[in-house]
Amino acid sequence: MKPAPFRYHAPRSRADLLALLAELDDSRLLAGGQSLVPLLNLRLAGPANLIDLNTVPGLDGIEMHGDTLRIGAMARQRTAEHSSLIKMRCPLLAEALGHVGHQQTRNRGTIGGSIAHMDPTAELPVVASVMDATLWLDSTRGTRSLPFADWSAGYLATQIAPDEVLTRIEFPCWPAGHGWGFAEVTRRGGGFAMVAAAALVLRDAAGAIARAAIAIGGLGATAVRGTAAEALLIGHAPGDAPISDAAASAASLPAESDIYAPSDYKQHLAGVLTERTLLQAIQRSGTHV
Amino acid sequence: MAFEYAPVPLMNTPAPLFGQSIRRLEDDALLRGKGRYIADIALPGMLHATFLRSAVAHGRLLSIDVSAAEALPGVHRVFTYADLRPSLTCDRIPLAMPSGAIRFDVDPYVLAKDEVCHVGEPIALVIADSRAIAEDAFGLIGVEIESLPAIVDPRLGLADGAPQARLDCKDNLVARMTAQYGDADHAFAHAAHVVDAQFHLHKGGGHSIETRGVVARFDAEERLLTLWDSTQMPHQAKRMLVKTLGLDESQIRVIAPDVGGGFGPKFVFHPEELAIAAAAMLMRAPIRWIEDRLENFTATTQERDQYWQISAAADADGRLLGIRGRLIHDHGAYTPYGVALPYNSATNLLGPYVLPNYRLDISLCLTNLIPATPTRGAGRPQGTFVMERLLDRLARKTGLDRAEIRRRNLISPDQMPYRTGLTTRDGGAMIYDSGDYVESQRRALNFAQWDDFETRRQAARKEGRYLGIGLANYVEGSGRGPFESASVRIGPSGKIVVTTGAAAQGQGTVTMLAQLVADVLGVRPETINVIAGDTAASPLGLGAFASRQAVTAGNAAHRAASIVREKILQVASSWMEVSAEDLELADGRVRIKGAPQMGRTFAEIAGALDGMPGYALPAGTSPGLAAANDYQPSALTYCNGTHVAEAEVDPATGVVRLTRYTVVHDCGRLINPMLVDGQVIGGVVHGIGSTLYEMMIFGEDGQPQTGTYADYLLPTADVVPRIAVHHMESPTNLNPLGIKGAGESGTIAASAAVTAAVEDALREFGVEIGELPITPSRLFALLKAAR
Repeated sequence: MKPAPFRYHAPRSRADLLALLAELDDSRLLAGGQSLVPLLNLRLAGPANLIDLNTVPGLDGIEMHGDTLRIGAMARQRTAEHSSLIKMRCPLLAEALGHVGHQQTRNRGTIGGSIAHMDPTAELPVVASVMDATLWLDSTRGTRSLPFADWSAGYLATQIAPDEVLTRIEFPCWPAGHGWGFAEVTRRGGGFAMVAAAALVLRDAAGAIARAAIAIGGLGATAVRGTAAEALLIGHAPGDAPISDAAASAASLPAESDIYAPSDYKQHLAGVLTERTLLQAIQRSGTHV
Repeated sequence: MAFEYAPVPLMNTPAPLFGQSIRRLEDDALLRGKGRYIADIALPGMLHATFLRSAVAHGRLLSIDVSAAEALPGVHRVFTYADLRPSLTCDRIPLAMPSGAIRFDVDPYVLAKDEVCHVGEPIALVIADSRAIAEDAFGLIGVEIESLPAIVDPRLGLADGAPQARLDCKDNLVARMTAQYGDADHAFAHAAHVVDAQFHLHKGGGHSIETRGVVARFDAEERLLTLWDSTQMPHQAKRMLVKTLGLDESQIRVIAPDVGGGFGPKFVFHPEELAIAAAAMLMRAPIRWIEDRLENFTATTQERDQYWQISAAADADGRLLGIRGRLIHDHGAYTPYGVALPYNSATNLLGPYVLPNYRLDISLCLTNLIPATPTRGAGRPQGTFVMERLLDRLARKTGLDRAEIRRRNLISPDQMPYRTGLTTRDGGAMIYDSGDYVESQRRALNFAQWDDFETRRQAARKEGRYLGIGLANYVEGSGRGPFESASVRIGPSGKIVVTTGAAAQGQGTVTMLAQLVADVLGVRPETINVIAGDTAASPLGLGAFASRQAVTAGNAAHRAASIVREKILQVASSWMEVSAEDLELADGRVRIKGAPQMGRTFAEIAGALDGMPGYALPAGTSPGLAAANDYQPSALTYCNGTHVAEAEVDPATGVVRLTRYTVVHDCGRLINPMLVDGQVIGGVVHGIGSTLYEMMIFGEDGQPQTGTYADYLLPTADVVPRIAVHHMESPTNLNPLGIKGAGESGTIAASAAVTAAVEDALREFGVEIGELPITPSRLFALLKAAR
């Protein structure tokens, strides 16, 4: 379990980074290394070049821009988890981060690294999905953005081009008073999720549900939205919201079996977790829009 | 020759340290990072080794081309079987243990010869400047393998017309045996209650933190091979090297330095140990091989699958009349450990209960998987699981409380020693020497508040939580022979040196031995140097297995220390002209009681006995202040205990959370209760892992699908409840110290107790669990089927 030989590059500026990406064939970007380094050691990944993002300044900011939370791709998960800004404006993200890996891996792991790696059971893609996050990519060809919904390109694959780097993720924050819920089912305690779910709810001045968002991770290659379940909730007062119908709708989303969980179990969990996160979100939501 | 049960007089409990939780002498170095594990051993000019391993579960090895790999800069040599064979005395490594039940002794080759029989089997050995370069060479080795059908499921392997798992065995039934006594069929014909069950039991690997590892150095001038080996059995490793390399006993030294956990697999002499030794001799350079975790998953022996079809018969009062059934055991690709695993399952099924009639037909199937050999518990947890689950099902059928049906079947203390109808695998009668099983259960129920559980259940149920409680009793035959060695020596320096054939992997063996010797010689234990796991220090020895070292090495060291003590008293008595009764040993001196300033140091006594050229020794003495003892236990001594587990189950997701765990544990007299607590708690955690998390998954082609700790789940701190351990002390009269083994016992009842708690939590759904581990998805499937 030693990596195959590779060339290590430590660019000192964003310009150097983009130049390297443009110049080098067969390179991988090293962020926190919590997923990539094991893959290198197992020789499941064997790039000719490893470009270290840790030497590039300015990629780890956490700031608000209007109602949008901008997180630099290199922000450490542990930093984001404890950011008072994120706790205040985007409490779902703070809560979900508590489920990412372990404290030791979060100290090193980055927000962008997780979004770029796209492990099917990872928590951050679920949050990115439910919040309609926007991803920003840089290359010498220019800057582009794309919605998270368009990001996945299959199992452990994304739309990133070989010469691009993910620089920041933008989360449009929900208004104050919104409710949030996050839950996952693991095979063991605080381990990898089999299925994870996140829900957001916003109530109008009359108390009825004005906006709802539900995302489920673990069913397939990427987190998916329960759009039909969301639609069922709009306009209902919390007391008579058709939660079980929403759960049933989420449980009918397609799922792929793996060696730990057959598809019917995953679908069942999607339903259970939709119900639980919706109840949590509704309970946490206020009516002071 | 069979062992024969022979009680001995029990000594008075030594004092003052015996029974005290003194701190571990090992820990200072280990906690400061000053331990010396295999990977800490670096020798000048050392090269690094790695093994190219089979990527297929079964195939004919047609050719190997190493020329391109040997041309890679940094690669020194690539060995195949053909390269190593001329250095060896035999084709295969003679691991076989005698057993009448074995139809084929299948010993491994040092490297695959012409057939590969499991994924991970070593094919070629690469020697390079670094491990990374050695791994780079893999891609340059041309290996041509013709794939053959693989046997993965032992039930299919025993079916008519099944493909051969090995071409050198005409079928896959590697051994067949029956454990029986009485007339089980007759018992069933007259039973008031019968329950039938099927169990698919899976048990995980050893998963020591330190993987296997070897450093070998051959000194050509002295013709001395030194092997640093992360093993439980250094003396056995030496015997294997003597046999296979054609060197004599004076030419091989095996050292097990600090060993970061054994748990069973490091009992087995693996082919890599011989391959590295042979390569070091051929290369004339020291060679290090550190097993990586992927190899640990695919090339270190592990426990796996058992399929039970089993029935129990009871009378109208719930008393057992008989148990009968069939066990199919996945044995793996060769036979490094005989039939021990399933035989332990069969014998340990009896547990602490009166079972009048029994018949279990056992079939061991060769499969194209890593050989199955004991991990902590060594097959016993499975036997205990089966008995305890049958008792719960009988309780349901008879309407008896689960504790009451056990109480009715437990062997009572006045039946001790209790002769079961079976023989142990070493041929002796299986006799329980001592223990109060009824009291053990009573105390456990009391500590666990069994009688109040319904209140807790109802309170939780009102909050929508499902709580359950489970109970299991067990015994474990410990302290297996034939012997263990220890010596106590004091030289003119005055330093007390204890050497032993026992081997330590973190259990606290050094502390345990120092504690016993310190009591006898009246010194502080930290002043004693204990050398374990070095064949140069102890000419004879066996090592760590079968929860045996306190019983065997402990009694040996105690006896040796007692002889040294007598000699000190004898010499001092004549030297100081005082009666031996008026002398005492304290602080490294022998002194006159009541006049502590009058005395001699051990150094002075040892100096006198060390001899001066041409001068006589003190009158009536023999040279040297030393004694050695090879302690031979006459029979296994049985520890026992009771586990009570409480679990909360989420029926919506199938997630299990353990909430409470109570153990009553009786291993006879306790030398160091803290060390025993550590062993018991560690054992329970191992058992929790086997019950809820650990699962080695293979595809139908025999490819392992769980090769990292992201896939294969070990129990972590956040899922282990507080484990309360309570001790009973029923001394055995099979050894003078009255002690029994404790290393594995915590594991044995855990699966049964946890499974019972999970079933109980879901009792309103009528779920019966027949498969380990109990994963959330399996529990969901059971709940779905029950609804």
